[in-house]
Amino acid sequence: MVARPHGGRLVNKVVKDSRRERMLREVEELPRIHIDRNTAVDLENIAHGIYSPLIGFMTREDFESVLDFMRLSNDLPWTMPIVLDVSREDAESFDEGDLIAIYAGETPLATMVVEDIYAYDKKEYARKVFKTDDPRHPGVAKVYNKEDLLIGGPVELLNQLPNEYERYTLRPIETRVLFRERGWRTVVGFQTRNAPHIGHEYIQKTSLAFIDGLFINPVIGRKKPGDFRDDVILKAYETLIANYYPKKSVVLSIVRYEMKYAGPREAIHHAIMRKNFGCTHFIVGRDHAGVGNYYGPYEAQEIFNEFPDLGITPLFFREFFYCRKCNGIVHEKICPHKEDVRLRFSGTMIRRYIMEGKAPPKEVIRPEVAETILSFEKPFVE
Amino acid sequence: MSDEDRKSKYTTISIPRPLYSRIQKLIDGKGFKSVSDYVTYVLREVVAMHEMESQEEPFTKEDLEEIKKRLRALGYI
Ligand SMILES: [Zn+2]
Repeated sequence: MVARPHGGRLVNKVVKDSRRERMLREVEELPRIHIDRNTAVDLENIAHGIYSPLIGFMTREDFESVLDFMRLSNDLPWTMPIVLDVSREDAESFDEGDLIAIYAGETPLATMVVEDIYAYDKKEYARKVFKTDDPRHPGVAKVYNKEDLLIGGPVELLNQLPNEYERYTLRPIETRVLFRERGWRTVVGFQTRNAPHIGHEYIQKTSLAFIDGLFINPVIGRKKPGDFRDDVILKAYETLIANYYPKKSVVLSIVRYEMKYAGPREAIHHAIMRKNFGCTHFIVGRDHAGVGNYYGPYEAQEIFNEFPDLGITPLFFREFFYCRKCNGIVHEKICPHKEDVRLRFSGTMIRRYIMEGKAPPKEVIRPEVAETILSFEKPFVE
Repeated sequence: MSDEDRKSKYTTISIPRPLYSRIQKLIDGKGFKSVSDYVTYVLREVVAMHEMESQEEPFTKEDLEEIKKRLRALGYI
């Protein structure tokens, strides 16, 4: 039995067939706004039910409730604002109650009934969601760059953004069928924006010791310079799975999503997204969705205590490492040895080897995976 | 949050006084700020459990065939 969607019903706001044809003709006449790529990704995620129960961008009531209580106005857990910002100038072309067209470039993406047009305080948004108003925080900086007004209301999706990874993209309605076909009663979701090292593999395999299926769900979207490129992450996982996983216990598919680096709050959001994909469990490691030193290393685990009604069970992991004395991959709870016999999986160390065109030690990264990464001329975002 | 806001976002329910005292004793030093906090926590847990008992399929029979076709084509099943 896969997880019940958040709020009970999987949202589907994708318009099809003759209705779509008709609406595409009608959008020509509507007031028009343009959105950037990241907002368009949110829009698609709403339409495909990844953000169920949201059926559109947040109205003021939900937005404020999310900031203050980490819940929607109907009491459901929800930690990240999903908002559509418009300039005061653009907002002059429509009123509350109007149907508008949402465009990306020349493509009409969706229609939206404007239920609410409202101003908001960017510093308050930043402090409540990111626990800082420091403009150097990448998520905060994006909030500060938003337009001055937000508009909320239900959307209907007419067109999708081009998707370079369509072949790897499954929507919640599809993963739900897939998990059932596999006969999985329990499914653990793994969120990643990294090529897999052995530490990741052990976390996943430890979960698989008591969960039926593993759903590896890399986040594809704009990343920081120095991060692995999307195609590198995907190919690295394909190699890892082909060589080291029983095929029947794992599914790899991507989700388009822009990281906000909101640490604890974003960990809850990541869990809700995977619940909508059908996961019953979700892996939360060290400093999940964190950046810099804004959040404590296990804050993203502790926050789950506040949500007895989340409907997906978090699995908390500490760091795995290689221990020469244990002669294997272990973690704090099972290895009694000192730091000098331990080899940590550091992203910086892996990056250094790759940059020099060398494979990191086999205790850190599988040789086949290293080879795959090294086959790319430029594996990192510049 | 102002008192006005609080008033509009919270409501009161009655529970027997002995139960109130019992909860007070129970939560002492356990991280709950108040009996209300505790009761809200417990109710959310129980309500969510009851809500889990109903789930509607998000797809029709035709959808299901379409979905399986794509999953097969992509090699997932
Ligand atoms: Zn050891």
